[in-house]
Amino acid sequence: MSASIEEILTQALQQLAHATDLGQLDQVRVNYLGKKGFFTLQMKELGALEPERRRVVGQVINTAKNSFQDALEARKNLLVADELQQRLAQDCVDVTLPGRGQHIGGLHPVTITLRRIARIFASVGFNVVEGPEIEDDYHNFGALNIPEHHPARAMHDTFYVDARTVLRTHTSPVQIRAMESQAPPLKVIAPGRVYRCDSDLTHTPMFHQVEGFLVDTDVSFADLKGVVFEFLRAFFEKDIQVRFRPSYFPFTEPSAEVDIECVICDGQGCRVCSQTGWLEVMGCGMIHPEVFRSVGIDHQQYSGFAFGMGVERLAMLRYGINDLRMFFENDLKFLQQFG
Amino acid sequence: MQVSEAWLREWVNPSVDTATLVEQLTMAGLEVDAVVPVAAVFNGVVVGEVLTTVQHPNADKLKVCQVDVGTGEPLQIVCGASNVRPGLKVPAALIGAVLPGDFKIQKSKLRGEASFGMLCSETELGIASNASGLMELPADAPVGNDIRDYLSLDDNLIELGLTPNRADCLSIEGIAREIAVINKHSFTALVVQAVEQSHDETLDVVIEQPEACPLYLGRLIKGINPHAVTPLWMQERLRRSGIRSLSPVVDVTNYVLLELGQPLHAFDADKLTAPICVRTSRKSESLALLNDQTLALDGQALVIADQTRALALAGVMGGSDSAVSDQTTAIFLECAFFNPLRLAGKARQFGLHTDSSHRFERGVDFTLQTRAIERATQLILDIAGGHAGPINNQVSEAHLPARNPVALRKQRIEKMLGIQLGDSDISALFEGLGMAVTSMADGWQIRPPGFRFDIAIEEDLLEEIGRIYGYNNLPSNSLLMRSELGKAPEARLPLSRLQDCLVDRGYQEAITYSFVDEAIQNLIAPGERPIRIQNPISSELAIMRTSLWCGLIPAAIYNLNRQQNRLRLFESGLRFIADAGETRQQAMLAGLVLGSVNAEQWGETLRNVDFFDIKADVEVLLALSAGKFNFRAAQHPALHPGQCAEIVTGNGSVVGLLGMLHPNLEKSLGFDSPVFLFELEQDAVLDKTIAKFAALSKFPSVRRDMALLVKQSVSAADILTCIENCREPAIRETVIFDVYQGKGVEDGCKSVALSVSMQDVSQTLTDVEIDAIFSRLLEKLAVNLDAKLRA
Repeated sequence: MSASIEEILTQALQQLAHATDLGQLDQVRVNYLGKKGFFTLQMKELGALEPERRRVVGQVINTAKNSFQDALEARKNLLVADELQQRLAQDCVDVTLPGRGQHIGGLHPVTITLRRIARIFASVGFNVVEGPEIEDDYHNFGALNIPEHHPARAMHDTFYVDARTVLRTHTSPVQIRAMESQAPPLKVIAPGRVYRCDSDLTHTPMFHQVEGFLVDTDVSFADLKGVVFEFLRAFFEKDIQVRFRPSYFPFTEPSAEVDIECVICDGQGCRVCSQTGWLEVMGCGMIHPEVFRSVGIDHQQYSGFAFGMGVERLAMLRYGINDLRMFFENDLKFLQQFG
Repeated sequence: MQVSEAWLREWVNPSVDTATLVEQLTMAGLEVDAVVPVAAVFNGVVVGEVLTTVQHPNADKLKVCQVDVGTGEPLQIVCGASNVRPGLKVPAALIGAVLPGDFKIQKSKLRGEASFGMLCSETELGIASNASGLMELPADAPVGNDIRDYLSLDDNLIELGLTPNRADCLSIEGIAREIAVINKHSFTALVVQAVEQSHDETLDVVIEQPEACPLYLGRLIKGINPHAVTPLWMQERLRRSGIRSLSPVVDVTNYVLLELGQPLHAFDADKLTAPICVRTSRKSESLALLNDQTLALDGQALVIADQTRALALAGVMGGSDSAVSDQTTAIFLECAFFNPLRLAGKARQFGLHTDSSHRFERGVDFTLQTRAIERATQLILDIAGGHAGPINNQVSEAHLPARNPVALRKQRIEKMLGIQLGDSDISALFEGLGMAVTSMADGWQIRPPGFRFDIAIEEDLLEEIGRIYGYNNLPSNSLLMRSELGKAPEARLPLSRLQDCLVDRGYQEAITYSFVDEAIQNLIAPGERPIRIQNPISSELAIMRTSLWCGLIPAAIYNLNRQQNRLRLFESGLRFIADAGETRQQAMLAGLVLGSVNAEQWGETLRNVDFFDIKADVEVLLALSAGKFNFRAAQHPALHPGQCAEIVTGNGSVVGLLGMLHPNLEKSLGFDSPVFLFELEQDAVLDKTIAKFAALSKFPSVRRDMALLVKQSVSAADILTCIENCREPAIRETVIFDVYQGKGVEDGCKSVALSVSMQDVSQTLTDVEIDAIFSRLLEKLAVNLDAKLRA
């Protein structure tokens, strides 16, 4: 009896060794350990034996059964490991192939520039305000101390919709609208499209400006200088040289043009800066009392400064773009360079 | 304004080099646009006199010349210029001379004849960019003199870009005054002696418009020599200021204009019928100008006239039939002051812009006229002889500009500019600028001079201090005074959120002109009456866009023509609608998509974009605002009638549109695949509903599917709305997961498969409850939409 168990165990162990996948292995397990499996039946038959015999035979069967179970477990682990290895080998991909799906698009460089400008000013509490682009004569000129036939109007090549309505030539009318509707203290920037009737290599009939202004008690020229300096250094992320040059705008007094050290040649002189080492980047000044008068702000109590800059110009300098007209051709090859 | 540096330095000559001088002007607000040497670099060129010319034996076009260069022995020089002739004085480059471009003059033989130098043209000396022959020097040019000395060629042209407020610097005297102040140099205005009067005749002058012309000086000069020649020095100064020499009288008026800033005009006195009248033009009066233009005047222009006709457009340009000519022996010299406000825009109205109108519009010193007319008279007498009569001086004091003193408070200097200056510095600064300074208890009273039209308020004086002190020397303050906490409004999305969302979904932002081609506009929105620009830059940019599509479509075509066959573009900005006389400027967000959904990639078949792809993009944008929007089939002239939807808000207003470009337009615009478009009103999609928390159910949710059989005409929205209107509180979500028509579904019908998710907050739903909900839904669907459950 015990010999036959030995034989059967040997046979069972061989069957385990021949099982090549988990399915076959499970079949072997059922054959020996299932409800009607060999070891199960053997254990059932033990009941019919006398106690002494039952103990001896039971031990033999148990030993054989344990050996089988150990071998089964070992074989199972091996097959599981093999299967995993196989799957890993199968699943192997070329990770250098590109991912699938939609690619990312990008913002226009003017928008990127406008956002950076807004972010810098927002950090010290400037609010963004927008205004209409078809503007009345009063807000575009009159309220800004530019009466009809003023020679300064000749500096703005104006598009007319009718005799009293223009496409705004600058973002300064937003300054007027903001001061008409809000009481000081005010810290505002006004980005947007502006229009001048001029088109050549260095002019497009539409471009973008950012107007900024601050009205409070005791605002001085030194505050204006400080804000402009800090802004330009923040924008170019560089400790560039900045200079203020007296200029003229009817809506500011004193007025200044701001030059930065040429960022293309580091102020050494190049084609972009006409060999001067300087680049004009914005106009600014202290808000003219006439402007305060037209919006009903007491200019004895309040003072303020305003500045205006060309966004395309700043973007060109920042990114080294050498042709203004590209901004509005919308060539994907151009647009995709900025992200 | 272009001036000669040498001329300026004759007035005021600080010991600073050209670069520093130019920097000083720029930093004082007189921006220097360019500095150009008068002549190129060269040496070894002297005044020569051609003594004889003999035809070259071996060359038709060459002449063998004997030239006196002041060394005793004449030089033999071979020359090919057509204007070479005995007696001519010319620049002669000697052996060893170096001409512009490092061109060395050596002894040479030309076709067998020895040549010991070269006779030069203006081009060869870098004085002018073109010349027709040798440079002809005046007969009195001293032979042997270095040409650089003789013509004062060691000089620079300084080009100033003056702002409109600084008319006072439209003259040598004005610029010199600034240079003197900057360098703390003394400065004296040109002192002019009255010329001796040698006859008593004058022409009567009647000023009908004293407000426009408060001051008019006229003088008769008789017996001038019509053949006189303008001296070289004056010609050169005019040339260096960009003015061509014409005749002594005209040259003198231009010279005084440059020197002092006063425009003058000379009439041929023999062609006038006194009295002279300053009046407004008569309707339908015409005036032939010096530039051959004939003006048809309205009743508004200010003219100088005699008894027979208008002679000149006042302060702008003289007429041709009273102009001085080479026959003129008597002139009537006019030197006036015209009110800038009355002259403003007059020249431009006739398409004119002259040195005279440029100055009068900006303001000419109204105290200058006597000095200027005396200066001009003296120069005319010196050059062309003649006899000067008395000055007829017509003045209306009441109409001259006022020069009221402006108060300057000491503390304002400190407060505004942040600097402290000594009292004597302030006085010196303003006196240097020609202003009268009176000390007061807390500051000064400062009266601006006649030549400054830009000093009216204290701020104007502060600017003067600032610019002379140097803007760069003023302190800078990097601390902003007041700050308050920022805001973080949540009920309004920033536009950037929508832009970023589109970028993340593969869109590229475009910025197109707000004015568009009328042809495109008419194709896209034929029904709209767009706003028209009166003076467009071109007909392609003449109409304000009523839809952003008018710019996006051309941008797409532009890229299509550059081998881009897959595009996802968006733009944000205003559209302009004429609405019952009002202009509506509405912020929009629009997109255009064409080509494949994804860029070409491995492992996926390319699929062209369709209506539901772009709708998904729009739905995501709408979802950001969390508002309630519906889509409704609609018609639009630019879109495919079967693929066009309006976006409707909960309260029924249409806030957007999307669809496929109409196949007719697709073809006529040159697209080769379907184009999909959307446009949304920013206002509607930026309003965000702030989230409100709802309790989560602890009980499981149940999904049940149903397939409905409905008529073709029943839309998905009809079904979903009907289910929504049942207001079953347990229904959480209804999703259409399949739409089928074809085999097994009768013609004219479709099968719509829905999944309905249900969940209760207080209990697990039982089958009985679920069946009850479903039968209520089906009943309503059957009644409202004639829907049946598909077997």
